[in-house]
Amino acid sequence: MAQAVEQITAPTEASSHKSEMIAFAIMVLVLAVLPAFVYPPFLMKALCFALFACAFNLLIGYVGLLSFGHALYFGWASYFAAHLAKVGKISIPYWAGSWQWVTITNSPMVPELAIFLAVMGAAVLGFVAGSIAIRRQGIYFAMITLALAQMMYFFALQAPFTGGEDGIQPVPRGYLFGLFNLANERVMYVFVMVVFLLGFLLIYRVIHSPFGEVLKAIRENEQRAISLGYKTDRYKLVAFTLSAAIAGLAGAVKPFVVQNASLTDVHWSMSGEVVLMTLLGGLGTIFGPVLGAFTIIAMQNYLAGFGQWVTIIQGGIFVLCVLLFRRGIIGEIANLLRIRL
Amino acid sequence: MEINLPALFGQLLIGLINGSFYALLSLGLAVIFGMLNIINFAHGAQYMMGAFVAYFLLQFAGLNYWWALIVAPVIVGGVGILIERSLLQWLYKLDHLYGLLLTFGLALIIQGLFRHQYGSSGLPYQIPPQLTGVRDLGFTFLPNYRAWVVVFSLVVCFGTWYMIEKTRLGAYLRAATENPTLVRAFGINVPRMITLTYGFGVALAALAGVMAAPIYAVNPTMGADIIIVVFAVVVIGGMGSIMGAIVTGFGLGVVEGLTKYFFPEASNTVIFVIMVIVLVTRPAGLFGRAA
Repeated sequence: MAQAVEQITAPTEASSHKSEMIAFAIMVLVLAVLPAFVYPPFLMKALCFALFACAFNLLIGYVGLLSFGHALYFGWASYFAAHLAKVGKISIPYWAGSWQWVTITNSPMVPELAIFLAVMGAAVLGFVAGSIAIRRQGIYFAMITLALAQMMYFFALQAPFTGGEDGIQPVPRGYLFGLFNLANERVMYVFVMVVFLLGFLLIYRVIHSPFGEVLKAIRENEQRAISLGYKTDRYKLVAFTLSAAIAGLAGAVKPFVVQNASLTDVHWSMSGEVVLMTLLGGLGTIFGPVLGAFTIIAMQNYLAGFGQWVTIIQGGIFVLCVLLFRRGIIGEIANLLRIRL
Repeated sequence: MEINLPALFGQLLIGLINGSFYALLSLGLAVIFGMLNIINFAHGAQYMMGAFVAYFLLQFAGLNYWWALIVAPVIVGGVGILIERSLLQWLYKLDHLYGLLLTFGLALIIQGLFRHQYGSSGLPYQIPPQLTGVRDLGFTFLPNYRAWVVVFSLVVCFGTWYMIEKTRLGAYLRAATENPTLVRAFGINVPRMITLTYGFGVALAALAGVMAAPIYAVNPTMGADIIIVVFAVVVIGGMGSIMGAIVTGFGLGVVEGLTKYFFPEASNTVIFVIMVIVLVTRPAGLFGRAA
C-alpha cells in the first residue's frame, strides 16, 4: 500500500490542515443542503455506507491492513441493533449441572441503547477476530478476515434471532432520548448525519493523534517500528477493534434507516463492496471513502434495473482502479492540487 | 451412539470428493502464489468456467467428458494466460494486495457475465456412460464416478507434486520462486515461465471444474463459496509446500464429511473453526515456514 500514499504526504502540516478544514466545511454544507434535492432515504443509506467505508479505510489506509471481512462487524451490528430495538431479548447461558439460560431483558429497547450495545457487540467481535487475524501478515491477513467473516455468515444464517433468510423486519424507529421522533424523515436524516459526522471526526482525530502516527509508521515499515520499541501487534489490535466498532456504528444505524436487517449485510459481497468504495474514492485519503460510498450506492440505485450488470461494472471498476487509478478519485485530485484531502 | 455404517461411509465419500476439489484448488493457488506472489481470487470463477466449457463442448461441439477433461483446462488456461499478459503482469512490482483486489474484480466480472447469461439455476451435465453405476463393497455401495474423481485427482495432485519437486523443469520453477534475477542470469526466460505457471494453475482449477460438473451441476455461483473455504484450507496448510496443500485439502474434506455425520449443524463452519485453532496454536500453518 505504501506506493499509493507516499506522494500525498508532501505538503506541510499547516497548509494540509487548511485544505482538510475547507473540504470538511464543504462536505457539511453539501450534506445539509442535499436533502432538498435528493431523496433523503437514499442519502441516509449512503451516509451509513460512507461511515462504514471510513472505518474500513482506517485499517487499509493508515495501518496497511486489508480486512476482507468487514461485513462481519457492519452486518452483525445491524442484526444486534434491529433485534434489540424490536424484541430486546438477551439471554446468557450458565452452568448448573446442565446448561441453563437466564433472560436478562425481554422488552424492546430505545434506539440509543440498542445502537450503543450493538457497537459494543461489534467491538467485541472485532477484538476477537482481530486477535486471531493479526497473527499473520499481508495476504494471509486478508484471507483470514474473509474466512472468519464467512464463518459468522453461516452463524447468522443459522442463529434463531437473526430470522435466517427473512432477516429482522420491520424495525421500529422509536424516539431518540425520548424526545426526537425518528419516524419523522427530517429528524431521522439529522440524526444519521450527526452520527456520520461524529464517527468521521473521531477517525480524523485518531489519524492525527500520536497513536495514529504510530499506525502510519507500522504501515510504512513494521520491522522498523518494532525495532523502535513499539508493540506493533497491540497497536494493530486496537486499530482493528476501533475500526470494527465504527463499522458497527454504521451498521447499527442502518436498520433504523431501512427498517430491516438482512443477510446481505453480512455476506462476503458486502465486504468486497466496502473495499471497492474505499479504493474508488482513494485509499488512505480522509474524504475518499465518503465520495466512493456515495458513488457506488448511487450506481446501485440507478442501475438497479440492469441486474447482473451492476456486479460486472463493479468488477470493472476494481480492475481499472488497480491498474490505472491506484490513488482513487480524491487521491488523484489531492495529488493534482498538491494538497492533502 | 449407534453408528450407521453406510451413512457414515457416504459422508466420508462426500468428504473425500470435496477434499479432492479443495486439494486441486489449493494446489493451483499455491503454485500461482509461489511464482507470481498473487492470491488468485478469480480461482473460483475459473473453476466455474471449467465446468461451463465442458458443458459448451458437449452441447455445441459434441465433445464428450473425456475430451472435456483435456480441452477445457487448455481453453481456460489459455484465458488465464491472456489475463496474465494483459493485466497481472503490471502488478508484480506493487504490494501483493493489489493482485488480490484485481483478481477479485475479475471474479466479479466473470461470475456476473455467466449469471447474466445463464441465471443462477444449474445446468445438468451427465456422468459419462463408462462411469455410471455403482460398485457393491459388501457393507455399502460406491458410485463409480465418485471413485474416479478421488483417484484421478490424487493422480493429478501427485503428478504435479512430482513435476515440481523431482523434475528439471520443477527445479527451474523452484529456483525462480527463490531468486528470479539469478535464474534469468542463467539464460532462462523467467517472465514466460511466470505466464505459463499462471496458465497451469488456472488449468488445474478448470480441471477441477470439469470433474465437478457431473456432481454439482454447472452453476455460475459454484466457485464463489468454495473459494473462501479454499482460502481457509490454504491458511491452515500454509502455502510454502505443495505436499502440504494436497494433504490439507484431502484431510479437511474428510473432516468436513465426518462433521456432516456427527454434528451436521457445524458442517459449514468446521473448516473455519479449524483455521482459528491452527492460527492460535501454530500461526505459520501446519506445513508453512514462519514468516
